[in-house]
Amino acid sequence: MELAAAKMIGAGIATLALAGIGIGLGNIFGSYLSGALRNPSAAPKQFTNLLIGFALTEATGLFALVIAFLILFT
Amino acid sequence: MRRAQLEETVAVAHSPIEQFEIKPLFQMEIAGFDASFTNSSLWMVIVVSFMSLFMVAGMRKSAAVPGRWQSAVEVLYEFVAGMIRDNVGREGKKYFPFIFTLFVFILGLNLAGMLPYSFTATSHIAVNFAMALFVFVGVTLIGFIKNGAGYLRLFAPSGVPLWLLPLIVLIEIISYCTRPISLAVRLFANMLAGHIMMKVFAGFIISLGAAGVAGMVGAVLPFGVTVLLTGLEILVACLQAYVFTILTCIYLNDAMHPGH
Repeated sequence: MELAAAKMIGAGIATLALAGIGIGLGNIFGSYLSGALRNPSAAPKQFTNLLIGFALTEATGLFALVIAFLILFT
Repeated sequence: MRRAQLEETVAVAHSPIEQFEIKPLFQMEIAGFDASFTNSSLWMVIVVSFMSLFMVAGMRKSAAVPGRWQSAVEVLYEFVAGMIRDNVGREGKKYFPFIFTLFVFILGLNLAGMLPYSFTATSHIAVNFAMALFVFVGVTLIGFIKNGAGYLRLFAPSGVPLWLLPLIVLIEIISYCTRPISLAVRLFANMLAGHIMMKVFAGFIISLGAAGVAGMVGAVLPFGVTVLLTGLEILVACLQAYVFTILTCIYLNDAMHPGH
């Protein structure tokens, strides 16, 4: 039973990575917006870069999810 | 006691992970290995035949002024060709068939996973890791064939002070070797998390709707969220196919021009 409880706590701690992802995603979109407002004509060209950055950052957060699953189900 | 058991079976039947279960459609065994034709293989076959049909039939007439269908095929072609041109350069043209196949295959599997009652083959790490390993081994071989031992320059970026070099080389080697893992896990985790999230919110609709009239009114909220999530998941499906392909292009560029 203690092992099960420890697993739950461990999985919960693994989701702490979300704090970093939150900062990262906010940073990406915030920087894009401030850049786009300063120079709107250059904004559409950077939209794909924005999406790549979003996907790469989001994936980092999902690695934490995988770790949480590994802790819970192994 | 009975009620608790019943609730447990209901909870198991609606488990959000149930959708990822691989079911063999007919059993097969080759040299002692389980090589059954599963629902995962079935969806891969469906996607490959649909995409082949889409491409071949779309380009059958290949008119100078393309129709709607031919335009769709050409947009897809031009998209991947532009990606290779921008990231690898002219020499990358040789590898266009492989990268195009990779992109179309992943995109098709991701999008097929959004159909109701379908199966997302890319939500299994075995499928993704096979593709990622293929890319990794292929890129490493190309790098060594093109540059010989000069490919090792990739691990020692120019302009790094000498005392820092051992550490940088170590970090570069580790990051190079984790490429297939991160490539595979990124796609896998995105598909897994997205589909679980959709199932969980869809489950809220059912359990709220079963709770009477007030519950049904409240169920509008998770229903709206599910609709929004479906849109987000279609975006993620396209985006992850794009990310997988563009990372392949970037790795290929490293193999072609190391030390840049």
